[in-house]
Amino acid sequence: MILIIARKELKILFGSPLAWILLALVQLVLTWIFLAHLDTFLQIQPQLIAIANPPGVTESVIAPVFAMAAIILLMAAPLLTARLIAEERRNHTMTFLISAPISVTDIVLGKFLGLMIFFSAVISLVTVLSISLLAGGTLDFGLLLSNVAGLFLISACFASLGLYISCLSAHPAIAAAGALGALLGLWVIDIGAGDEKESITRSFSLLDHYDNFNHGMIDTFDLAYFALFVIVFLVLSIRRLDGERLRG
Amino acid sequence: MTGQITFVTVSVRGLCRNFGTRMAVREIDLELKRGEVLGFLGPNGAGKTTIMRMLTGNLGPSAGSIEICGVDLLDKPRDAKARIGYLPEIPPLYRELTVNEYLQLSARLHRVSNAKVRFARDKVIQRCGLNGTGKRLIGSLSKGYQQRVGIAQAIIHDPDVIILDEPTVGLDPNQMREIRALIRELGAERSVILSTHILPEVESVCDRVQIIHEGRTVFCGSIGELKQKETSLEEMFMRFTMKPNNPESLTSS
Repeated sequence: MILIIARKELKILFGSPLAWILLALVQLVLTWIFLAHLDTFLQIQPQLIAIANPPGVTESVIAPVFAMAAIILLMAAPLLTARLIAEERRNHTMTFLISAPISVTDIVLGKFLGLMIFFSAVISLVTVLSISLLAGGTLDFGLLLSNVAGLFLISACFASLGLYISCLSAHPAIAAAGALGALLGLWVIDIGAGDEKESITRSFSLLDHYDNFNHGMIDTFDLAYFALFVIVFLVLSIRRLDGERLRG
Repeated sequence: MTGQITFVTVSVRGLCRNFGTRMAVREIDLELKRGEVLGFLGPNGAGKTTIMRMLTGNLGPSAGSIEICGVDLLDKPRDAKARIGYLPEIPPLYRELTVNEYLQLSARLHRVSNAKVRFARDKVIQRCGLNGTGKRLIGSLSKGYQQRVGIAQAIIHDPDVIILDEPTVGLDPNQMREIRALIRELGAERSVILSTHILPEVESVCDRVQIIHEGRTVFCGSIGELKQKETSLEEMFMRFTMKPNNPESLTSS
């Protein structure tokens, strides 16, 4: 049943121009950044050779592109998550799903899965972009893999938070604004921490946890943070939709 | 069809629903057998839609029990819902999908096995007069056709109980007649609950009528009996819903 819902989500998503426009724009922006970094790298390459243990192309081109990709996804995710539940309510199609012999858990997980498949498409495009560098040299596949994993996990966080906020609202635009606000807040929350490593605000910042993946370090604490984040918001969404039947 | 359990398809006891302090539905009892069409009548805001939403699991009741073909809706919502087909007041249509895609989705969600999905789809397309619209987007269909797609999604999985909330609203007289004929046909082998404001519709389609006023059942009787007594439905409707509801009128009828 989860797969049926996910399939329906993807069909509707790709049936609208929104998905294609987002895919094209994200790819355009990232390619532009990729080329700019590549250009800089080629310029300073002669100097890099002189120093011992110089940063490779993966570190100086691909890692910054992935860092930027996370921020672009942060901006794009609310546009996609907003419609998940809020639009169903607006179009009165939520009744269609609730009346079917499926549980609310199936609905929420199906919608989450559908969106993650879309994000996977974005991530695989970025990965293909990075792999194109193989034409001119070798890559650090460990670092690339850690970046891909990090981007996948952080986009799962964006999706689950956006999904929950979409459950709270009957208007897609409000859901989008709410999700964007919450995500931006979680991005900048660690600003007050400064250089302090053990600050509590730092522990809550989404992009701070992504930073480690970006530098090639997969930390259990980061993994636990992302997993908890996704689970908490998925459970909250399910509870919220379930509770709605009782409140009316 | 022999046992009592298979014969009675819907059994509702003491159904109540409060919204805050307001009681929208109070102590509704309802029983429906296979092959019966029940008409739900009542002025706007009487609680008809609220009752229907509770019967289909869209709204949790404050008190009371609902059994669909002997399965408790609150205990085993999924098994009970699989036996219900529901068309809400506003048809729940995805405008971005084609009729075929939408009906197939509905069939799959209602546990029609993969092998039978296409067969079930073609059958309801035939039945609801949707021939030739399969590849069109639902958003581009006229109101009448959208209403038919709404009915089609409610009956695609061959449910025992069909619940239709004002299915003929906004249709032209020809379409209304077609839809009524379809409801009659469906009612022959299943149970249908139909809410409407159109009294002649109830008289032509329903076997039994239940009038709801301010969340209570104020009248419940068969159309046949009414015809025998030569009382018109309109008279009954006015008697029970016009003036402030007095309980004696129930016994005097």
